Order: sequence, then C-alpha cells, then structure tokens
Amino acid sequence: MSCWQTVQDYGLRAVGIGERLLPREDFTLCQQFTLIGSGMIWNIYFGLVALTFGFFLATALAMGKNAQNPLLRKPAIWFIFIFRGSPLFIQFFFAYFLFLNLKSVAPFFDPFSAAWLGALIVLFLNTAAYSGEIFYGALQSIPKGDLEAADAYGLSGWARFRRIVWPTMLRLAWPAYTNEAIFLFHATALVFFSGFPAWQQRGDALYYASYFADKTFNPFVPYPILALYFIAFTLVIVSVFGLINGRLNKHLPNATRSKLRLRPNLVR
Amino acid sequence: MACYLTTVKHMSLYWSVLTVLSLLAITAPLALAFGFGGATAARAQFAPLRWIGKGYIAIVRGVPDIALFLFFVIALDQGIEYLRHQVLCPDWPDTIRQGNDFVVCQAAKVPLGTAPQWVHEVYGFMLAVLTFAIVFGAFAANVLFGAMRAVPRAQLETAEAYGMTRRQTFRRVLVPQMWVYALPGLGNLWMVLIKATPLLFLLGVEDIVYWARELGGTKTSRFTDYPHGDWRMWYFLALLVFYLIFTRLSEVVLARVMTRLTHGQATAGGDVQRKAAAT
Repeated sequence: MSCWQTVQDYGLRAVGIGERLLPREDFTLCQQFTLIGSGMIWNIYFGLVALTFGFFLATALAMGKNAQNPLLRKPAIWFIFIFRGSPLFIQFFFAYFLFLNLKSVAPFFDPFSAAWLGALIVLFLNTAAYSGEIFYGALQSIPKGDLEAADAYGLSGWARFRRIVWPTMLRLAWPAYTNEAIFLFHATALVFFSGFPAWQQRGDALYYASYFADKTFNPFVPYPILALYFIAFTLVIVSVFGLINGRLNKHLPNATRSKLRLRPNLVR
Repeated sequence: MACYLTTVKHMSLYWSVLTVLSLLAITAPLALAFGFGGATAARAQFAPLRWIGKGYIAIVRGVPDIALFLFFVIALDQGIEYLRHQVLCPDWPDTIRQGNDFVVCQAAKVPLGTAPQWVHEVYGFMLAVLTFAIVFGAFAANVLFGAMRAVPRAQLETAEAYGMTRRQTFRRVLVPQMWVYALPGLGNLWMVLIKATPLLFLLGVEDIVYWARELGGTKTSRFTDYPHGDWRMWYFLALLVFYLIFTRLSEVVLARVMTRLTHGQATAGGDVQRKAAAT
C-alpha cells in the first residue's frame, strides 16, 4: 500500500471520513504521520473556536473585574478564581459527568456529553478566565495620560472604550495573550484523556499517538511525531499573533514596541 | 451518610489524597534540584556542559504538555529495563525490540515478576515522581537561570573586589540573593504543579481521580456495590473544591514568604518595606 493510499484512507479519519478500521499491525511511519496529523484537526478546532469565543467573554470578564459595581465585580472575580484555581483536567471530568446527569433530565443536553460541544464549552470558559485575568492586568496598567487625554477630548462611555481603553488594553496584553493561546492549544490534548470518550475512535492527535505507542510498545516514534506537529502549529500561532501585534503597535516608534516573547507554559 | 463516607473504599480515597500530597512533597524539592542543576549547567564556562543545560531547558519547555508525561513514563521504564538487561543478561541471544514487542530477560524486569503488589505500586509512583521532576525541573531551571542573571551586577563585582573566587561568589553572594528574584516564578510553578497532579491518573497511579471515578460510578444496575446512582459528578465537585482551597492557601503562604524574603533586599519591594519601617 503506497503512502498516498494511506493518506487517502486515514487523512480525515479523525472526523469519520475514510477507512473505518484503524491499522492493527505492521505500522508504517506514513500511517503514523497521517493518523496523528488527522487528529490535529480536532486540536485546531478546539483551539480556534475556544479562543475566538473566549476572547469576547474574556474582555467582558476583565471589564467586570475592573468595574466599580460589586454586582459586576464579584461574579467576575469568582468566575476567574474558580477556573484558574482548579485543574483543567478535573474541570473536564466534572463537566462531563454534569452533562451526563443533565442528559437524563432533558434530551436537549444530548450533544453536550459529546466532546465536540462539551469539551469545547469547558475550554471556552477556561481560556476566558485565564485571558480575562491577563486583560484585567492590562486594564490596570493603561497609562493614566491616555485616559486623561480621552476625557479631555470629551470621549466617554462606548466611544472611550472602543477607541482608547480597548486598543491599549489589547496592545499591553498581547504578549501574554499569545502565550495563553499556545497554552490553550496545548491543553486541547487533554480532551480525550479526561471523561469525554472518543466516539468511533475519532480522537485528537494525542489519542492516536498513544494508540500507536500502546500497540507498538515503542514511544520513541509516535510522540516525537506529535511533538513535531505541535511545534509546527505553535510556530504558526506565534507568527499570526506576531502579525497582529505588529498591527496593534503600528503607531509606536520602533524602539518602544513590545516584542513578543515565546514562553509556552505547561499544564493548567 | 457519615457512616457510608467512612467505608474501606472511601478510606482508600482519603489515602490517595495523601498520595497526591506526598507526590508534591517529593517532587517539589527534586524538581528544584533538577532546576538548580540545569541553571548552573546553563551558565557554566565549560561549553558542552552549557549546551546540555540549555538544551535540556529548551527541549522540555518546547514540547507540549501531557505528551511528555505519557512519553517519559514508558521511556524511563524501558530505559531502566534496557540497562538492567545489558548488565544482568549479557548473553541473551535475541534482540530486545522484536517487531511490536519489547522483550528483556526475566531477571531484568523491573519490578521482578514475583514482586508483591506494593512494590509495583511504589515503582509506578517513583516513575511518576521522576517524570514530574524532569519536566518541572526544566521550568524551574529556566526560572532560576533568569533569577541568577537578575542579581545586580554590582553585588558580584563587590564580591570579586573582595577577592572571592568564582565559586565563593556563587555560593556566598549569588545564591542567597537570587531567591527573591526567583520566588514569583517558582510560586507560579508551584501552582502549575498542584494543578498537574491529577495527571497522575494518566500515569497509572491510583490517585484521587481514579477513586472518584470508581466510587461515584454504579457497577451494574442490579448488583450495585454502592447505594446510590451516578454520583461521579459530586465526587469531582469535591475534588474541584479541594484544589480550589489548596491553590488559595498556597497563594496566601507564598505572599507571606515573599514579604519575608524581600526584607532587606535591594529591590523596589524591599525599599517599600524600609520606608514603611522608617515612618
């Protein structure tokens, strides 16, 4: 069987297209690369969607934590504390069993116990909490002069937020937010190792990597492949966020621009 | 209810909390030692040693999360068995890697096939500890490396002016002063370490996640061992609260240690303390 044939059979296996049975013996390098790569579809899906939605909730949380009104401030503080103070792994388990219980109450909750939605919600809330804290820190360090200038121009309410506070906050938070994005992307590997089952063996990259490691009893091939994929996508994230960073800092003289520093973290 | 929560199985759950705590207690100093070694190696004058130190930091930090845990446990296990195999059975005819199998002679098996159950458990636990220490050691090395460079240059120059050797400078001036710079990073790392402990479950140790799943679940509907339905949700809620309290406590303690360490240091925090004492 040629390598191209394998790619056709297993390239989209993770979303259920192609050969149904996973290879069982005589594993070739090509099969490992293809299957682990197809698993990356899930990692990218979780990372991208959670990050996109999480961004908006994070902004809201940061504004909430920064608010004067305790009715807004307290819930934001508690939300951030709960999601940052407990392990993501436990959050996955708890959410999975919570959704299972809800499922028996109402059929509406059926899709929630599947990974594509249930795990996504957990990741979304989790990243919102972490980025919310980052944004809050940035809100606190917005230069006083900027806000005074906004007041002097008569900007207030939404216009002040939209034109002054928000862009400055993003600019200050961006290096840390890049790390958070990488961090979230790495955290997607946890999904199929927590409560959420991989339906019909449609799993993420780590799921397939550990499948191969179990079957061949040789961790030295699949895990480095997985690491290669992850490093490649980490570099993609870094370059995309670098472009956005450049745009956010376009108005500043070169010397004062904050450089992005790659600092991936480990487990949450 | 109170009676139910103190059955033998629940006692194993409470014991497994101790497993987690002892993991933290063993891993934290071990990782710190790895980190210290890595950081000193990374700033060594002898080039190959420096490359090893920097390479260790870069590789472990660059590769994603649990993949490392899953990888190291098997890799360490096979590495140990391979070494013992080379020593104990030098005249073994077959190759070790036969297709999909990893075969070593009986005497080289770790732990021995005849060993009692607790040896297996302790061995698994030690592997987990070593894995955690290697991974978190790299992070600690990075923090300590940064802290060593953050100690004001003038302090080291003064030491040199007093005629101290490189080693003396390192031991008497650099190391005592670096902790205040390292503490925020190390504290952060401690939080991450706490939150990484549930991953023990993936490494095959019977930890709290394992018992929460076991005890919460129903076996079969007719012959259930447990007088309740699916309670796993509540067990995991309890774990969630346990971790929340644990991280909160750590935060408070770390803040205290930080104030203590800042005392009398040439940093902004130290200045604030001095001024507060003066007024």
